Amino acid sequence: MRAIISVIGRDKKGIIAKVSGCLYGVSVNIEDISQTVMGDLFTMIMTADLSDASSDISHINAALQEIAEEMRVEIRIQHEEIFNSMHKI
Amino acid sequence: MLNINEILQTIDMVKSRHLDIRTVTMGLSLFDCVSENKKRTAEKVFKKIVEKAGGLKRTADSLSARYGIPIVNKRISVSPVSLIAASSGGFLETALALDRAAKEIDVDFIGGYTALVQKGMTDYEKRFIISIPEVLSRTDRVCASVNVASTKAGINMDAVALMGEIIKQTAKATADKDGIGCGKLVVFANAVEDNPFMAGAFNGTGENDRVINVGISGPGVVLAAIEEIKGADFSAVAETVKKTAFKITRAGQLIAMEAAKMLGANFGIVDLSLAPTPVKGDSVAKILEEMGLESVGAHGSTAALALLNDAVKKGGVMATSFAGGLSGAFIPVSEDAGMIDAVTRGALSIEKLEAMTAVCSVGLDMIAVAGDTPASTISAIIADEAAIGAVNNKTAAVRIIPVFGKTSGFAEYGGLLGIAPIMKTSPYSSEKFIARGGRIPAPIHSNRN
Repeated sequence: MRAIISVIGRDKKGIIAKVSGCLYGVSVNIEDISQTVMGDLFTMIMTADLSDASSDISHINAALQEIAEEMRVEIRIQHEEIFNSMHKI
Repeated sequence: MLNINEILQTIDMVKSRHLDIRTVTMGLSLFDCVSENKKRTAEKVFKKIVEKAGGLKRTADSLSARYGIPIVNKRISVSPVSLIAASSGGFLETALALDRAAKEIDVDFIGGYTALVQKGMTDYEKRFIISIPEVLSRTDRVCASVNVASTKAGINMDAVALMGEIIKQTAKATADKDGIGCGKLVVFANAVEDNPFMAGAFNGTGENDRVINVGISGPGVVLAAIEEIKGADFSAVAETVKKTAFKITRAGQLIAMEAAKMLGANFGIVDLSLAPTPVKGDSVAKILEEMGLESVGAHGSTAALALLNDAVKKGGVMATSFAGGLSGAFIPVSEDAGMIDAVTRGALSIEKLEAMTAVCSVGLDMIAVAGDTPASTISAIIADEAAIGAVNNKTAAVRIIPVFGKTSGFAEYGGLLGIAPIMKTSPYSSEKFIARGGRIPAPIHSNRN
């Protein structure tokens, strides 16, 4: 399955490194990254492939939440199907 | 390929606009629990619910984590208990078993303490209805409903008269909690068999066993979308509501399909209702005000609600092939901060709400009235609402709470039930009208064959 990982918050050094490091640790392959800065808000969207992941989505989420707390940003991981359902006919 | 704006829009709907799945409700058939013995019936009911729906909460929580959308309530609806316990007469015993089962599997509510008496009330159905006040005062999670009218059958005025008394007794039995028992009791016209929302959910006799019905939500999301098109004309408003409802419903459809698959259950319907909560911004009233009304209740409120209700359905039916339940906008008073404000400032009366119920789903919902309101007045309010439902071929309902010891001010319930301002009813008597009894015949257009 593919998931969308979104990071929203104030821009800080090392956000991408921390998130990608975490994903690498559980064998999640990052397929695409895009980022924008809106004002002082940093938004990063990653598309990731979880088919070889060594953990399930709720455990990966728990690990990401530790980073979110440390970096004071919001991080979400969501199955991509929710976005496809809502935005594609 | 998804674009970043679409992703951010979904995230914003959840983060700032209270998008959630209001309920994942599993319908269970209890006809295989019927027996002649009260205790045996209750035991079979408890065992079936725990065995067949035990995984509901775990499944909903896991779907919520996977898709990043909160699922607020997990609920069970069962076959009408008036039928299931008719043979044994163990209505109370079965209700207590429902309550224990709901607590055992940790679901929020269990609906189906239900009787369908739109045309006639059998002796056992009358005994069942008379048990409602005690059941609602002795259980926490059981919800009751009684269907007293339909377009096909007309209005059973004997049942309407009885329900006025039952509502007063239920209020009295739970008077220490401002009559909360009545918050778990709905009187219907044209009740639907696949409704996932409480208090009126039951699993109809034409329904499958282990069926997943999902109720969506999202007034906050619709409000935000309308805020973005300030001053636009009504065709633009309708189009915007429609597109938003489509997106919300697709989220509900996905959750419903996945929940059914994970539980090995049958997918039933998606209920497209816009269900408000007391949280600021998650209000149907605020949507109507955003359309240009100074306060909901002002002239124009009925037209605004008609547009909203219709556009929600049009967007929703494109998003799911199986729209069902109540599907429309809800206008409960206590559960909607905007409605509470409107009543408090004197802008919204029961009479205006009644007019509004003619163009939206459900009806007079979560309305608190003075505890000394006569039972016949409550019955007459039910009769009016039943007439709107039966004649307009739509579901209509009354969930009204007489608050003992109060004639003004507020009743407080907390959580999703919110706070309810005590509303004024007509001081003129309907007693002789209700005392007539009998049936109001079905409207002429019920003869479609």
